[in-house]
Amino acid sequence: MIPISYYLFLALTLFTLGMVGVMIRRNIIIMLMCVELMLNSVNLLLVAFSKMHHAKNPGTDAGIDGQMMVLFIMVVAAAEVAVGLSIMILFYRKQYNVDVRNLNRLKH
Amino acid sequence: MEKYIWLILLLPLVGFFINGLGREKLSKQAIAFIASGLVLGSFILSILVFLEVPSGKDAQPLIFDAFYIFNLETLKVPFSVQIDALTSLFMLIITGVGFLIHVYSAGYMAEDKGFGRFFSYLNLFIFSMLLLVMGSNFLMMFFGWELVGLCSYLLIGFWYKKRDYVDAAKKAFVMNRIGDIGFLLAMFWIWKEFGTLQYTEVFAAVSTGQLTAFAVGGITLLLFLAATGKSAQIPLFTWLPDAMAGPTPVSALIHAATMVTAGIFMITRCNELFELASYTREIIAWVGILTALVTATIAIRQNDIKKVLAYSTVSQLGLMFAALGMGAYVAAVFHVLTHAFFKALLFLGAGSVIHGMDGEQDMTKMGGLKEKMPTTHITMLIACLAIAGIPPLSGFFSKDEMLLSMFLGNKVIYIIGFIVSVLTAFYMFRLYFMTFGGELREKEAKVHESPKVMTVPLIVLAILSATAGFIGIPAAFAKNAHKLNDFLAGVVSESGEAHAISLTTEFLLMGALLGSVIVVILLAKKMYTGKVDATSTGLMKVFENKWYVDEIYNALIVKPTVGIGNGFKKYVEKGGIVKAVAGVGTMSYYFSSKAKSVQTGNIGMYVLLMVIGVVAGLGIFFLGIL
Repeated sequence: MIPISYYLFLALTLFTLGMVGVMIRRNIIIMLMCVELMLNSVNLLLVAFSKMHHAKNPGTDAGIDGQMMVLFIMVVAAAEVAVGLSIMILFYRKQYNVDVRNLNRLKH
Repeated sequence: MEKYIWLILLLPLVGFFINGLGREKLSKQAIAFIASGLVLGSFILSILVFLEVPSGKDAQPLIFDAFYIFNLETLKVPFSVQIDALTSLFMLIITGVGFLIHVYSAGYMAEDKGFGRFFSYLNLFIFSMLLLVMGSNFLMMFFGWELVGLCSYLLIGFWYKKRDYVDAAKKAFVMNRIGDIGFLLAMFWIWKEFGTLQYTEVFAAVSTGQLTAFAVGGITLLLFLAATGKSAQIPLFTWLPDAMAGPTPVSALIHAATMVTAGIFMITRCNELFELASYTREIIAWVGILTALVTATIAIRQNDIKKVLAYSTVSQLGLMFAALGMGAYVAAVFHVLTHAFFKALLFLGAGSVIHGMDGEQDMTKMGGLKEKMPTTHITMLIACLAIAGIPPLSGFFSKDEMLLSMFLGNKVIYIIGFIVSVLTAFYMFRLYFMTFGGELREKEAKVHESPKVMTVPLIVLAILSATAGFIGIPAAFAKNAHKLNDFLAGVVSESGEAHAISLTTEFLLMGALLGSVIVVILLAKKMYTGKVDATSTGLMKVFENKWYVDEIYNALIVKPTVGIGNGFKKYVEKGGIVKAVAGVGTMSYYFSSKAKSVQTGNIGMYVLLMVIGVVAGLGIFFLGIL
């Protein structure tokens, strides 16, 4: 069995990639994808820990709540993407681009 | 009695609501009919109460409960009425004279735009006064007390478009409020001492003598302060002459049937308390007699017909208070009764004169109205004779009884009272001869007699003024003929010493007074038939200017108060509060203008800051950095 630290480092790497992506990229699609990346890195962690707990207490339902949480997160993420993409399409229809720098119009 | 007792209170209140709400819709006839009819209803029911009420020495008051105003562990105050001889007598005066004034007003106010408003106020006034006298505890009396003040404010300022009238109304209200503070504090004190506000319980506790002299003195003095406000005594009397700003029937109502008699009623109601407070009664007597003297001297130099009557009222009230101070409660109530008749008559008669002269109130422009207004003339003559104290008209009996009590109590007060009575005759007949004697001075005026609706109340009141005295014939004339004394015996703890005087002395006193009164009447006839006062000098100028009391109050109280108010306005309001409030706004605007530059709209920046925040948070949490 792969030790838990492997999962941890992978998740950390994915999360950092996503975070930095949101910070430095200007393209909304890329930013949404980065957000997904962060969410899924967390999912990965949840599943990994869930498996670990289950392996320690075989025959019980230990760790099942972690996996349930993952399902919830995936549903919420899907909804979020649906809303985010539709906003983006509307935005594109107005602006003919998907640059996040143009999203601060309300300020002025 | 319990079937209709509440109706007496409710009928005028119903009238107030009907006329108040329907003042634009109802015709004038309907308004006058409803208002007068409902008060007449109350009057008829009051007569029934009067016939049934237990009177005499051992009479117990009847108490009718409706609901609790307060129902607490420490304070139970029911909304209930207490009917005894005193209450029923006042109910008769209020509703009876009130009814006549309502009828009269229908004629007097016929041309006025605010007809409905006027009658709704009048009805409210009757209701308030009934509440005041019928309540069975101090709180109910206080309700009536306050409502009466409100009604007087509304009615004095009835013609609210004139600045002076509104000022007079405000003055009446503020002066009354000063007195009301006394009532309120007295009520708290009574509650503290007895734990109840019911008259019967309080007076039962008083008679056990558990009260300290300090508490008795304090409570009675506070109650007397309240009485000076409502009944216009020194130092709070200046509002009553100014109350002439209201329509004349209002003056009649305030001066005769309601309002000013409240103080007398309250002290008589609490006579068991006042009996214990000899110092307070001393003060009451002196304040009363000084008020009587000061205002009587003012009255002899006034040229406004209503002002003369107003000061006359204050003066008569002063006499009543002096009598109260002597412990002669019945005499004071007797004078309230007779005074209600002849003073209402005088005011309504004066109103009739003013109406006939098309709004002229200045007596120097009148004269010779004898032929032109015969009914008014005859009734006014009766009223003047009654108030001057000519037997057998009513004023003679009541005034004689009051003066007798002063003679027995304090000779100095008696002498002042004697002088006041003589002055009364003088100023009343000065008014009479200036108005009705000689020739009309204002030649162009088209004088006319008032309509029937106004003269009939005058005639009724004239008959009452002439005959009301016979309910209190002094023992010197006939044994046991003092009906009022017997009637009120259960309410008032009258001392029996009233007759500890020889008949010779009593007749001597009466004769002396009567002689002096007749002399000054003849003097007034000589001085004022067809003539007016020359320009006054010296002491007369002081009298004409009302002893400069208003000016003194202005300089001592009003001006400093206004000055302090202006100071606060300038330095605290504008300099402090306004600046502080505006400063808060300016400050938040300033800080927000600085803070909003953080919001760049750059999402990357936001995320970076958020990450820094999260990292810093986690760092503090796990590593204890910072």
